[in-house]
This record gives sequence, structure tokens and C-alpha cells, in this order.
Amino acid sequence: MEWEAVIGLEIHSQLATNSKIFSGASTTYGAEPNTQACAIDLGMPGVLPVVNKEVVRMAAMFGLAIEAEMGEYSVFARKNYFYPDLPKGYQISQFELPIVGKGHLDIELEDGTTKRIGVTRAHLEEDAGKSLHEDFHGMTGIDLNRAGTPLLEIVSEPDMRSAKEAVAYMKKMHSLVTYLGISDGNMQEGSFRCDANVSVRLKGEEEFGTRTEIKNINSFRFVERAIEHEIERQIEILESGGEIIQETRLYDADKDETRSMRSKEEANDYRYFPDPDLLPVVMDQAVLDAARDSMPELSDARKARFIDQYGLRGEDAGQITASREMADFFEAALEVSGGSDAKIVANWVIGEFSGALNREGLSVQEAPVSAAMLGQLVKRILDNTISGKIAKEVFEAMWQGEGDADVIIEQKGMKQVTDTGAIEVMVDEVLANNPKQVENYRNAEEQKRGKMIGFFVGQIMKASKGKANPALVNELLKKKLDS
Amino acid sequence: MHTKTLTELSAMLQAGEVSSVALTEHFLDRIEQYDQDLNSFITVTREEALEAARAADERIQAGNAGPLTGVPIAHKDIFCTDGVRTSCGSRMLDNFIAPYDATVVEQFKQAGAVVLGKTNMDEFAMGSSNETSFYGPVKNPWDRDRVPGGSSGGSAASVAARLAPAATGTDTGGSIRQPAALCGITGLKPTYGRVSRWGMIAFASSLDQGGPMAQSAEDCALMLEVMSGFDEKDSTSVNEAVPDYRTQLSQGLQGLKIGLPKEYFSEGLGPEVEAVVRAAIEEYKKLGAEIIEISLPNTHLAVPAYYVVAPAECSSNLSRFDGVRYGYRCDDPKDLQDLYERSRGEGFGEEVKRRIMIGAYALSAGYYDAYYLKAQKVRHLISDDFRKAFEEVDVIMGPTAPSTAFKLGEKADDPVTMYLSDIYTIAVNLAGLPGMSVPAGFSEGMPVGLQIIGNYFEEARLLNVAHQYQQVTDWHRQIPEAFKGQS
Repeated sequence: MEWEAVIGLEIHSQLATNSKIFSGASTTYGAEPNTQACAIDLGMPGVLPVVNKEVVRMAAMFGLAIEAEMGEYSVFARKNYFYPDLPKGYQISQFELPIVGKGHLDIELEDGTTKRIGVTRAHLEEDAGKSLHEDFHGMTGIDLNRAGTPLLEIVSEPDMRSAKEAVAYMKKMHSLVTYLGISDGNMQEGSFRCDANVSVRLKGEEEFGTRTEIKNINSFRFVERAIEHEIERQIEILESGGEIIQETRLYDADKDETRSMRSKEEANDYRYFPDPDLLPVVMDQAVLDAARDSMPELSDARKARFIDQYGLRGEDAGQITASREMADFFEAALEVSGGSDAKIVANWVIGEFSGALNREGLSVQEAPVSAAMLGQLVKRILDNTISGKIAKEVFEAMWQGEGDADVIIEQKGMKQVTDTGAIEVMVDEVLANNPKQVENYRNAEEQKRGKMIGFFVGQIMKASKGKANPALVNELLKKKLDS
Repeated sequence: MHTKTLTELSAMLQAGEVSSVALTEHFLDRIEQYDQDLNSFITVTREEALEAARAADERIQAGNAGPLTGVPIAHKDIFCTDGVRTSCGSRMLDNFIAPYDATVVEQFKQAGAVVLGKTNMDEFAMGSSNETSFYGPVKNPWDRDRVPGGSSGGSAASVAARLAPAATGTDTGGSIRQPAALCGITGLKPTYGRVSRWGMIAFASSLDQGGPMAQSAEDCALMLEVMSGFDEKDSTSVNEAVPDYRTQLSQGLQGLKIGLPKEYFSEGLGPEVEAVVRAAIEEYKKLGAEIIEISLPNTHLAVPAYYVVAPAECSSNLSRFDGVRYGYRCDDPKDLQDLYERSRGEGFGEEVKRRIMIGAYALSAGYYDAYYLKAQKVRHLISDDFRKAFEEVDVIMGPTAPSTAFKLGEKADDPVTMYLSDIYTIAVNLAGLPGMSVPAGFSEGMPVGLQIIGNYFEEARLLNVAHQYQQVTDWHRQIPEAFKGQS
């Protein structure tokens, strides 16, 4: 039997506003508990919410980016349930009329083809606070700093057929919201997380199988693993004649497994109804125009431009433009380098720079090497101050915080030797020390000489500690050997 | 001094005939003397009041006083007052000291008014008799075996007994107009969105509206000017200019078209109340008004629709009272469930719990369409009735309540009968219109109120119509014998 997975994702993306969705309190992460919660966030008696206009603009930008249907009115609704970190006893969300309707997002599959994933809707809501279970001697502490933080919940159609597709979609969505500047996308801080709805069916079947929902996954790696596991678990049950129970499951990253949280029967009745404290949100032409005016160049357009304007290979352009930070970094480095050779800058960004980031698990902003520093390094390669090989050493030194390229090159005496006289001395010395090789070279046929010359080049580079200009070395060697 | 209206006291203060401190002391003394029995106040803020009075006197001396500077008033205990207990008539908030002022409280503070204290009310404004208060029932100053009406019963009784010249109230289904009628004072529920709801503890957000309760229409006009206006902290407040309500009071009523809905004069209306209301209408004829019989055909749907919408909203609004952050918390909860169940079970009274249950049921999956959505449709029908009526008439008149004040305990065990005492006021809230109750006479010694309903944002017209009547009658100047005291 061949099985097929059916996957839909609900992504919660925190919106990068300065203040909360319904109050003026700050949204800065990591403050002392309950120092960023005002009377509104605390759900004090008599307080009222007022919509932060910025979230409407951000949602509009998102809607435009995924070419979504957007009605003129959307409505905030109350989702009622009791929990200690939910101060009002209800969450203000959107239910029947979300701010963003049907849209889509294209993802690239591993075989290079493109697949269109449907977006059912995206709605605005407020985040809850946090329950702290440690350090309270059997009691629970409540931190309401996060309460009222704006979220955009993006619900996909069940269009994904593998964990890999789900990850590709999540990455593309992450790229989109960070490109738009509507979210910082910080997954460690929970700014971007998702729930996955997973079911399996026999290939070719029309009907969906019974689905389970995996809650609160906050990394690309976990999404892939959690979905893989869930698909395997479901197939195993079905193949042994069992039945899937519709339930909510939790992914435990430590144990690398999903486990049941609650079944459908235990599900809450949220008693949604329109929030009478808030008027419908108006998405009129003025709001849409403002959103359109603040739209940055998005990844697909930027990729096309990088290929066209800089002559980058499609794959390289795709890799660099996958994140706005990386693309910005590339363009800044290119400018500092003098702008004449985009390919070499791209190679450095994709190669050494990305490699170092991955190795240390850092983001572009956290990198010790800035775009200006990398650009300057490339500039020194291009003006022959250093060779590409030496440049790698300089890059390492910059990464270790030893200063910028010029300082390191100067301090370590890494400047390339381009003085013909000095190189000639080295050439003469190497030829004198290797008479046999010289003999062999001179006796060899013309076609083989090209390869043989590499030996002498290597010796000279070694003698110069890599600083001799390779082009000059080659030129002088040829002249001397062939004479 | 206590027999004077707010407007008269304002003039005396401006003229330097009396100081705010003297005035404030006089009313505080009266509260001390009478309120033990009447129970119209939950909290009396003597020290703060005297301090505010001293500041007001300085302001008057300095010549930068407004008409309300130095005038004592009382706030219904539903308005949050910074640093003062705001209980909402509930055990749940018996220990709650608000850390901020409601916008209405702030507005009166800015105007220089002196706050004597916080008045008693039905718990979370849910009731029509003031018997659901955690602090015990308020008595009707005209007959202390009877209820003052509710939920703003404390405000109504304190003004009727002249323990305060005026007070604020809130009206969700009649909570300003019905107690005003039962206590013989003048009360106005403004258009929904006219007065900010910020800091006013919510019962049913789409219906709640604060308003003035005073002796006369002129007093209400004075207060409404201060209370009205757009508030950026309340998304449902309306950005509409506040007119000068007082200058329009003196207009004549020649040619005024008064609509009498036949549904308001049908079964259920006590004959003695009807007689008083009809006599008041005769008075208007004499003032030059034209009487037109109209129909509001969906009137009978108002009470059922209200008892879906209001409880639904309250079931959600009152979820925040969970024993976690403030307010009542049960002793020694054994777990979270126990904390919720007992804190709410012990902190709320019967009527509040009844409405939370009704509301949660009406919003439940499978019932939402049949109850909540249908009730919202009824609201549209009711609004439509009024819209059509106002194409024909300028104001609508009828009784405020079907009977005069009933005996304490008489309806306490029969919620449905109790709910019917708001039968003439509820539709106005569902439609969001402004409505007033004006003292129109007595029946067996108990006051009867005339209700005047206006079109959206026509508070000025309502006040004018009420004021002209009060120029030719003195029902609003009557004081219960037991509270006349020495002026």
C-alpha cells in the first residue's frame, strides 16, 4: 500500500509593532515579568481595547503579498475560555470575518518545480500571557508581558503532501513576513510558530483521513521531524487495522515524539461572538494604498533582479534572497567591494559567511563580520592586495574579532607580493634548487607542460607564504623555463 | 441648601453665597444622618470630598471656575475611581481599589465637582430593584418598605432624598430611567456612544451607557455637557460635537409632534400610572404639542431579545473576575478548577450567576444562531420601528415603568416578573436611542415617571421638552417628607 500525507499549517506570526494590539504597552521581549502589562493587558474592570492601526496596515501588506481577497470589513470576535494567563477570560481574535481571505504562496520543491499552496485565511488576534511553574513553591506565577502582543494567524489549505513541503512552506512564509518587515521571525522567542494538521490516506483516494493537530512547533527542524513522526505513527496504526482518533498532540523535542494532549470530545466550546467593544475594522482604499506604498521588494522579485542585474546563477540568487537579511547583506557588501564583481561577493556570502553562521548558529545580525567588512575583504582580493587563499585566513581573523581586513592584512604582513624583482629572486631560487624537475619540464611535450608548471608555482607560493601574486609567478616561470 | 437644584447651587457658589466646603459638609452630614437607613451609598469619601471642596473654593476665588466647580455629586459605584473602592455592588470587588479614573469621573474632576461617595446599585448593574447588591437593598425615600428601582437605585434614592444634589448612573435596559421614575427624579440615558464607557465596569457592552440623574432637566443638561464627548480610549464612543444643551432648554414646544406608541398603553400598564402619564400628555398639549398615535410593532420582542443579548455579553464580560489577579478569591483553593469555581461561586450573587448561565447557554455551539443571532435580528427590527416612527414624530412619550415602586422582596424570587418592570425602557437600549424619565405626578403617594424618547443624538431636544414641562409643573421639586429636614 502506498500512503500519502495531507498537511495543513496554522502559522502564528507575531507582528513587529512597538505597542500591543489593543493597548499602548510595549511589546519588547524579555523584560521583568509584568512590567510591560498595563491595565488593559491585565483585564482590569472597566478597561476597553482600542485597535493599534499598525496591525491593520501590516495585515493589509500581508494580504497584498499573497494576492488575497480582502473584504472591506473584518470583525474582532471573542474566543471565550478560562486560563490563568488569559486575563479577560477571552481572547480577542477574529472568527467569521477575518482581515485576510483566500490567497496563496508558491514554494519551490526539491526537484526545482514550483507548487502553489493555498492560504485559507489570515486573522488578527492577541497573544496570551505565560504561566511560570518553577520557583513558586507549588503555585503558578503569571507573566502578562506577552498578553496582548499582536499575532497574525495564517491558515493554509491542506495542500502539502510531505513534511519537506511543509517545511518549505513554513520557510517561505517566514521569509515573506520578515521581508515585509511585519515580523521579526524570531523562532526562539516564539515570534513565529506553527500548529500542523496531519492526516494520511491511500494514494489516489479523494477523501481525507482523520486528522490530528500537533501544537506549538517553533523550529523548522521540529516541524519536519514532528510531521514525519506523526505520518509514521498514523500509517502504523492504519496498517495494523487501527483507527486514528481526532485529537490534539504535542511534539516533545527532547523525546522526539508526539503525544496526546486532548481529544475532540474534550475540545472547548469557545462561544465565539463579535466583540461589542470594537467596531469592525475598515480596509478601505486608503488603508490598501498605504500598505502598497510601504511594500518592499519581495524575495521572488529580488531573486529575478539579482539574476538579471548582477548575473548571478539562479540557485545562488535563490539562496541569497531566501532571507531579506541575507539579501540586504549581499547588496551592502557588493557596494563596499566596488560593485564590479557580484559573483565573487555571492561566493563569499554563500560560502565562507553562511558556513560560519551555520557553524555557530548565528543570524546575519549576530555575525561578527558585517557586510562592510566582507565587502572590504573582497575589494582587497579584486585589487590584488591579497589572494583568495589568504583572504580566507583574513576572514577567519575578522570572524575572531581581530579587526577589519586592512588592519589584519597590515598587522600580519599578508600583503601580496607584486614586486617583479622580488618574485624573480624566488623563481630563480626554486629553479636552481630543482634542476631535475626543470630538466623534465623542458623535455616534456608542450601539452604536458601546463600541468608540470603547477609544481613550481606551488613551491614559490610556499616560499612566499602564499603572498606572491600567482599571475606574476606564472608569467615569470614560463618566461624562465621556456627560455 | 439641599432643596436647591444643581443649577441653583452652582449659581450660589459662583455668586459667593455659599462655599463649596459648607455645601459639601451639609450633604455629608445629611448622608450621615439619613443613609444608615436608606443605604444609598456604598462608600462615602468624606476626606477626599472636603479636600476637593477646598480646592474648588480656591478655584472659584481665583475666577477660573466652571458651572460644576464646587458642586457636590455622587458616582454610581460602577465608575472606577482612582484610589477608592469600586465594588460594582458585588462581593467580587469588595476589596477592589481602582488604580484609575473612569473617563466620566475624570470629566467631573476636571470640571471641579466634589464627589461625596459611591452609590449603591444592583450587583454588576443586574437588577431592577437594587435588591441584588452585596451591600443590601436601597430603600425608596418615598416609602422605605419599597424598592428604589435599579440598577442605579442608590443614585436615584440619594438624589430623591437630597443626600446629593445629583448623581451619575448607567443604563443598560432602563437602569437610569426606571429608578428615576420610581424615586421621582429626572434621569437621562444618552445615545449609545455619547458618553465614554472607559472605566465604567461593563455589564453588556453594546447596551451600557452612562448618564445624569438629577432633580431637573436643567441639571441633567449641565451634567451631560461635562459627561459627553469622544474618548479615544473607547472605540464605541462617537466623534460628534457636543452641543450647548442649556441654551436650547428655553425653546417653546409649539408644533412639537409627540408620538404615543399604542403598545406602551396596553395590558400590563397599571391604570393609575396610565392616568398620570395621560395627564402629563395633556400638559404638553397645552404647551402647543401635537399628539400622534404611533405603533412600535416589535415592542413585545424587546424583553426576550434583551435577555439573550445582555446575558450573552455579560457572560463574557464577567469572565475576567476569576480570582487570579484582583477581587475576591476563595480560601485555600485546592487546584485551578477549585479556585475558579469557588471564587466565582462565592464572589457572585444569584442574579449575576443566573445571567452568566443564560448568556453562556445562548452563545454555545448549536444555540448561537437560534438565540444570539436571532436576538441581533430582533434588534434591527426594533431599531427599524423607531426609525419609521421618527419620520413622523419628534419625540415619543409613554410610561417609564408599568407600575410605581413595588415592595421590597415582592418580586425578588420571580425574575421574569422583575424583568418585565423594564418593558418600556429596554427597547431604547436595543436601538441605542436616548431616553429620559421625568417626574410626572404621584399615585398613592409614590412617584410616576414620564418617559421621553428621542432620535439619535437629540439629547438637546429631549432636555428641552422635559425642561418646558418642568417650567409648568413642580413634580420634580417634591421632596419626601422624612427627608425635608432643615434647609
